[in-house]
Amino acid sequence: MDMIKLIIDKKPVEVEKGTTILQAADKIGIKIPTLCYLNLGGFNIENKPGGCRVCVVEVEGRRNLAPACATDCTEGMVVNTHSIRVLNARKTVVQLILSDHPFDCLVCAKSGNCELQDLAHKLGIREIPFQGEQSTYRKDTSPSIIRDVDKCIMCRRCEVMCNEVQTVGVLSAINRGFQAVVAPAFEMNLDHSVCTYCGQCVNVCPTGALTEVDHTNQLINDLADPEKVVIVQTAPAVRAALGEEFGMKPGTLVTGKMASALRELGFDYIFDTDFAADLTIMEEGTELLDRLTTYLNGDKTVKLPILTSCCPAWVKFFEHQFPEMKEIPSTARSPQQMFGAIAKTYFAQKINVDRKKLVVVSIMPCVAKKYECSRDEFKVDGNPDVDYSVSTRELASLIKRANIDFMALPDSGFDSPMGESSGAAVIFGTTGGVIEAAVRTAYELHTGKPLPKLDFEELRGLEGMRSATIDFDGLPINIGIAHGLGNARKLLNEIKEGKSHFHAIEIMACPGGCIGGGGQPYIHGDTSILQARQKAIYNEDAGKTLRKSHENPDIIRLYEEFLGKPLSHKSHELLHTHYFDRKKEVFID
Amino acid sequence: MEKIKSLADLRARKDELQKKLNLRERSDNPEKYVQIKAGMATSGIASGAKQVMDYLIEELDKRGIDAVVTQTGDMGYCYAEPTIEVKRPGEDPIVFGYVNTKKADEIIEKYIKNGELVEGIIPVNYESIDE
Amino acid sequence: MAQQLKMHLLVCGGTGCRASESEAIQTNLERELKVHGLENEAKVVTTGCFGFCEKGPIVKIHPDNTFYVQVKPSDAKEIVEEHVLKGRKVERLLYSDPAKKEHVADSRHMGFYRKQIRIALRNCGFINPENIDEYIARDGYQALGKVLTELSPAQTIEIIKKSGLRGRGGGGFPTGLKWEITSKSVADQKYVVCNADEGDPGAFMDRSILEGDPHAVLEAMAICGHSIGATKGLIYIRAEYPLAIKRLKIAIDQARNYGLLGNNILETGFDFDVELRYGAGAFVCGEETALIHSMEGSRGEPTFKPPFPSVEGYLGKPTNVNNVETFANIPPIINKGAEWFASIGTERSKGTKVFALAGKINNVGLIEVPMGTTLREVIFEIGGGIKDGKKFKAVQTGGPSGGCLTEKHLDTPIEYDTLIAAGSMMGSGGMIVMDEDDCMVSVAKFYLDFTVEESCGKCSPCRIGNKRLYEMLETVTRGEATMETLQKLRLLSNVIKDTSLCGLGQTSPNPVLSTMDNFWDEYLAHVEDKKCPAGVCKSLMRYVVIPENCVGCTACARNCPVNCITGERKQVHYIDQSACIKCGTCLEKCKFNAIEIV
Ligand SMILES: Cc1cc2nc3c(=O)[nH]c(=O)nc-3n(C[C@H](O)[C@H](O)[C@H](O)COP(=O)(O)O)c2cc1C
Ligand code: SF4
Ligand code: SF4
Ligand code: SF4
Ligand code: SF4
Ligand code: SF4
Ligand code: SF4
Ligand code: FES
Repeated sequence: MDMIKLIIDKKPVEVEKGTTILQAADKIGIKIPTLCYLNLGGFNIENKPGGCRVCVVEVEGRRNLAPACATDCTEGMVVNTHSIRVLNARKTVVQLILSDHPFDCLVCAKSGNCELQDLAHKLGIREIPFQGEQSTYRKDTSPSIIRDVDKCIMCRRCEVMCNEVQTVGVLSAINRGFQAVVAPAFEMNLDHSVCTYCGQCVNVCPTGALTEVDHTNQLINDLADPEKVVIVQTAPAVRAALGEEFGMKPGTLVTGKMASALRELGFDYIFDTDFAADLTIMEEGTELLDRLTTYLNGDKTVKLPILTSCCPAWVKFFEHQFPEMKEIPSTARSPQQMFGAIAKTYFAQKINVDRKKLVVVSIMPCVAKKYECSRDEFKVDGNPDVDYSVSTRELASLIKRANIDFMALPDSGFDSPMGESSGAAVIFGTTGGVIEAAVRTAYELHTGKPLPKLDFEELRGLEGMRSATIDFDGLPINIGIAHGLGNARKLLNEIKEGKSHFHAIEIMACPGGCIGGGGQPYIHGDTSILQARQKAIYNEDAGKTLRKSHENPDIIRLYEEFLGKPLSHKSHELLHTHYFDRKKEVFID
Repeated sequence: MEKIKSLADLRARKDELQKKLNLRERSDNPEKYVQIKAGMATSGIASGAKQVMDYLIEELDKRGIDAVVTQTGDMGYCYAEPTIEVKRPGEDPIVFGYVNTKKADEIIEKYIKNGELVEGIIPVNYESIDE
Repeated sequence: MAQQLKMHLLVCGGTGCRASESEAIQTNLERELKVHGLENEAKVVTTGCFGFCEKGPIVKIHPDNTFYVQVKPSDAKEIVEEHVLKGRKVERLLYSDPAKKEHVADSRHMGFYRKQIRIALRNCGFINPENIDEYIARDGYQALGKVLTELSPAQTIEIIKKSGLRGRGGGGFPTGLKWEITSKSVADQKYVVCNADEGDPGAFMDRSILEGDPHAVLEAMAICGHSIGATKGLIYIRAEYPLAIKRLKIAIDQARNYGLLGNNILETGFDFDVELRYGAGAFVCGEETALIHSMEGSRGEPTFKPPFPSVEGYLGKPTNVNNVETFANIPPIINKGAEWFASIGTERSKGTKVFALAGKINNVGLIEVPMGTTLREVIFEIGGGIKDGKKFKAVQTGGPSGGCLTEKHLDTPIEYDTLIAAGSMMGSGGMIVMDEDDCMVSVAKFYLDFTVEESCGKCSPCRIGNKRLYEMLETVTRGEATMETLQKLRLLSNVIKDTSLCGLGQTSPNPVLSTMDNFWDEYLAHVEDKKCPAGVCKSLMRYVVIPENCVGCTACARNCPVNCITGERKQVHYIDQSACIKCGTCLEKCKFNAIEIV
C-alpha cells in the first residue's frame, strides 16, 4: 500500500493512498464537522456528494477551500482545519443553511436528535445575518412517513439509501437552484409512489425533513379511555435498542425494564410479538416443508424457493417491482399481523371482550409496520387486527413523557397466554434470524430427530447476501439470505433468470434486519451500534432454555385450543394472506 | 458518393473542388492576384462589355492565370467603351478602352502575362474605382 | 463548355439572419437570377454567420466583396438587376460607417472586419456548411489525413502542445496537455466529447461555428480521437440549437459517406464516429462533469474533481472534453503548424479568440481577434464605439462568471491572465459593453439573477448564498441597504467563491465584487444618498414638480394612473411620493417641463 505523509493542524500524519482529509484528521483525533457526509462502515454505504460544504478546510497552495470529506490526501499536503478563513467560511455556510430553514426547533420531531441543530450549537451560532425568502414545499403525510421538506438541507443521504441501497428509486433531487429539494418525482405524494416505507431514509436524514408518523398521542388517549382494553406487543429488535434512548450502552437488553415500563404506562396486557414469531415459524416452516415434499415427490410446478414474508417493506417492494413473482413468497402473515389476528379472536374470546373495544398496539423497530396494519386485508369489518404501531423511538419518548425513571425500573415478565416465546423468535430481530428459526423447526419436523446443534453460525453475519447449505439428515437444503432491498433485487433477478438454486430465502428490507429498522434509535452513522444490537439478540437466544418455536407451550396450546394444526383452515383464514400486483398503482397527483 | 480512400485521394479531390471556390477565395485577398474590373454600365452592356467579361473569365481560367474579375458601373469613359481596368499585383491599375475579345486576348497575353503595354490605354491617373 | 460563374451571392443562413427571413431572400435572389437568365453566371450560396448579426440579414457578393446589410426579401430584385446585371452596387443597402457616416462598398474596408483574424471562424460566412465539398476545397480533412497517415498520436499531441492552444470554453486549460493526460489514461474505451452547451447569456460563438462550419469540429474530434485512442465522439448540444443540430447531422452523414467518419477512415484502419446528445439547456450542464452526468441520463449536476474526466469521465471511462471553438482551431494548427499558430497572439495566450460583442455598442456581432488585442481596439475600432455617442462606462467579459472592467482597463490586452489580473476573465467569449446609462448595481443584480436561476442547487453556498446576494443587491437598488449590507455583500461573496463545489458558484460573485471594486461610488450613492446615478433603479427615482415651471394645466394629474397628483387648476401641483408608482406618465404629459426626476 502506498503511504502518504501530510500535516494537519501542524500535526504530522501518515495515511494510505486514497484516504480523505476527513479520515486522516479523524485518525489523529481531529473531528472536522460534517453534515451531508455519511459512511455506514461495514455495509458499503457511503454518501459523499460534497454538497453541504460544512467540512471545508484550508489546504496550502490551493485557491479555494477544500471539502475534507471528498478531498484525497496528497503527499506533503499541509492542511489547516480551523484557520480564521475556515471558521468564517464554515460558520457562514451553516448560517446560510439556517437562513433557509424553518425556526421550528421547539416543536420539531427531530429536536434533540438533529444534526443541523447540533452543528449550529457546536459552531456557536447566535444569529443569522442573512434574511430572505424561504424555499417552501407541500407537506406530505403517508401511512408511515411524514415529509416536511422545508427542513431538507439537500444532504442527499435519503437519496443514496432509497436509490443505491434499496434500489426503490422514490427519492431524488428535483428542481434547480434555490428550489432544489429531494422528493419523489413530480413532487408526488409518497403514498402514490413505489415507496416501501422501509424508513431507511428516515434513519439517515440529519434533520426533521423525514420522520415517522406519530401515534403517541393517539396511544395516550386510548390508554386513558376506560372503555378500551389496550393490548401491547413488542417486537424482538426493540428490546435490543430501547436502552440507547436512556443512555445505556448499545447492545444492552432491556426486556424486563421494557415490560415494566409498559405496565406503568397503563397497558392492560403486555404481550410479546415473539410469541407470534414462533407462530409464524410454525406456519411458514410447515409451508416450506410442504412445498419441499411436493417438489421432492416429483411435482415440479411447485414454487421454490420459498421467500419469507414477515417484512412489510419487502412485501410492498415485490408487489411493486416483481408482481409476476407474487406466488413465491410464503403466504404467512408477519408476526405483528398474526398477533393481531389471534389477539382479536382467540384472546378476545378468552377475556370475553368485543374486538371493537380491544386496542392492539405494537411496538416496532419499524415504520413500515405502521403502513402494514393499515392494509385492508388485515381488517375485519373495517376494524384492524392491529390498531396502530409505535416505533422504538416513540416508545422512549412516551416513557420520558410519563416521568418514568427507566433506569430504576425493575425487570418484569410478559403476560400470559401470548407472552411466552422461544429463542428462535428472538433472533427474528436480525438478518438471518428468521431463516435460522425456521430451520430449527423444519429440521426437526422433517427428520423427526432433535438437532445436534442449534447455532447455525453459517447463517449469521452482516454481509448483504449470504448463503449456506444445511444438511437435513441427508437432504441438502440451500438457504439464501439478503438484507437491504438492493440485495433482495439481485436475488430476485437471479431467481427470475433461473440462476438460483435456493430452497428458501430470507429477505429483510433494512440493512441488518429489524435491528437496523426505520423506527430504531438513530445511530448517526455509527454501525458498531448495529453489531452490538445483533450480539445482544444472539445472546438472549443463547441464554434461553426454550429455543425452538415448535416447543413453545403457549403455541402448542393455541393449536390445541383454537387453530388445530399449521395450515389448517382456521390458520389460513387468520394467519395467511395474499399479495397484490401494484405495478400500475403509482400515479401522479 | 464515392469514398475518399487516402490522403492523396483527398488532396486530389481538394485541387479539383478548390476551383469552384476561387471566386470567393481570391476576393478576400485580391492584392495577390490580377484584378480586372469590367465597366458594365448600361452603355457598357450595349457595347459588348458582357461578352468581353465572359471571355476574360473563361480564358484566364483556361490559361491558368489566377485573377479576380469583377464588374463595375460606369467608369466615366463612355466614349471608349467597352473599358476594362487591369491591376497587376503591386502595380498601379491601367484602364484599356475599346476592348473586344481580340483586344482582350492581347491584353492577357502581353500585359497580364508579361507586363508589356498594349495599345488602347486610357491615360488617366486615378485611384482605382470604388476606393 | 459550360459558362463560367462570375459571381457568388452569399446569403447568411445563421440563426439570426434566418429569423429575419434570409431564406426568402435566397429564394427571391434565385428567382430573379432566373428571370434575367443569369443562373449560369451567378449562384446563390447559403453560408454560416458573418458575425455582423445586428445588421442582418447579410448578403455578400463575391468577387467584389460587396457587403449588403439589413437586406429584405423585396430587395432581391434590385440586387440582381442593378448589381448582377449592371455592376452597380445598391448604395442604400451598403453598410454605413456610423462614425464617418458614409457607405462602405468593400467589406475589407469595414472597421468591423479590419482588425479581425479568422481562424476558428475561417469558413463561417464563406462556405456552404451543408456542402462537404466546399469544406474540402478549403483544406478540409487534410489535417485529419495528415494525422492519420503521417503523424503518430504523440506527435500530434506535441504539435497541439507547442501551438500553445488553451481551452476556449472558459477554463483556459492547455489543450495539448489535456489530450496527453487522456491519452495516458489506460482503458478499453475512451471518449471525445465536444461541449456545445453554450449557456452564457447572449453568447453564440459556438452556435455560429457549428452552423457555419460543422465539419471543422467533426474533423478535430476525429483528430483528437486518434491522438488519445478513442473511437467514439459525442457532441453535447443544447436542443435550442435546431439549425446547428440539422447542419451537424448533414455534416456527419456527408463525412460518413466520404469515409471521413466511421470505420476505416481514409483506409488507414482508424475508426471514429460521432453522435449527438441533446442538452435541455441548463447552464450548469456546460460544466464538464455535469455534462457527463447529463449524457449518462442522471441529473445534470457537477461532481467534485478529481477525478477529472480525462481519467474518469463518461460511463467511468477517460473522456476528453473540449469546447467547440477549441476544436475549430485544431485543423489549421495541424495544417499550418504549431509555430504559425504560436506566432499569433501573445506570450501566454496564443491564437485568437471569438467574442460575442453586445450591449451599447455600434457594431454588435461575432468577432475573432488575435489574443493581445486591447479592449479599446475591440470596443472602439471593431465595435465602432458606443452607441448614440454616449460615454463608455464598463465592459463585462467572461459572462456570468466575469467581472466589469472600466475605462482604466481599456488598454489591457485580451489574454487569459491579464483579464484575471484585472478582476474579470476570458470566459467563453461574452463581451457586453455598458454606457453611462447603465447602473452597475443593477448589472450585478442581473448576473446574480441569472446564477440564482441556473444554480443546480447541489451545494449550500451557491444554492442559498447566491439567493441571499441577490436579495441584498435588491435592497441596495431599493435604497433600503445600509453600509453593513455592503460589508455583508463582500463577505458573503468571498465565502461563496471559497466554498462552492463547481465553477459556477466559485465565480458567480465576481460581478458583485468587480462592480464593488470599480464602482464603489455608485454603491455608496445608492446606500447613503439613496440615489441611482444612472437613473435606472426605479425605487430611487422621485418625480417632482418644479414649481417655477408648473402652470397648473392639470395634464399630469389627469393622466396619473394612481391619482397621486393634487393641485387646483392654475396652481402648482404636488406629487404624493408615497403613492407614486414611478410610471413616468406625468413627465411625458407635461408640456411645460415642470416635472423632473431627482
Ligand atoms: C458553470 C459552468 C458552465 C460551463 N459552460 C460551458 C459551456 O457552455 N461550454 C463549454 O465549452 N464549456 C463550459 N464550461 C467549461 C467546461 O467545464 C470545460 O472546462 C470545457 O468544456 C473544457 O473545454 P476546453 O478546455 O476546450 O475549454 C463551463 C464551466 C462551468 C463551471
Ligand atoms: S430539523 Fe433540526 S434544526 Fe430544523 S427545526 Fe428540526 S430540530 Fe430544528
Ligand atoms: S421509506 Fe424506503 S422506499 Fe420509501 S422513500 Fe424511504 S428509503 Fe425509499
Ligand atoms: S430529506 Fe433529509 S436526508 Fe433527504 S436530502 Fe433532505 S435533509 Fe437529507
Ligand atoms: S426489516 Fe424489520 S424493521 Fe425493516 S422494514 Fe422489515 S420488518 Fe420493518
Ligand atoms: S456551485 Fe452551484 S452549480 Fe455548482 S454544484 Fe454548487 S450549486 Fe451546483
Ligand atoms: S410617475 Fe406616474 S404615478 Fe408617479 S406621479 Fe407621475 S404619473 Fe403619477
Ligand atoms: S460533509 Fe463534506 S461537503 Fe458535506
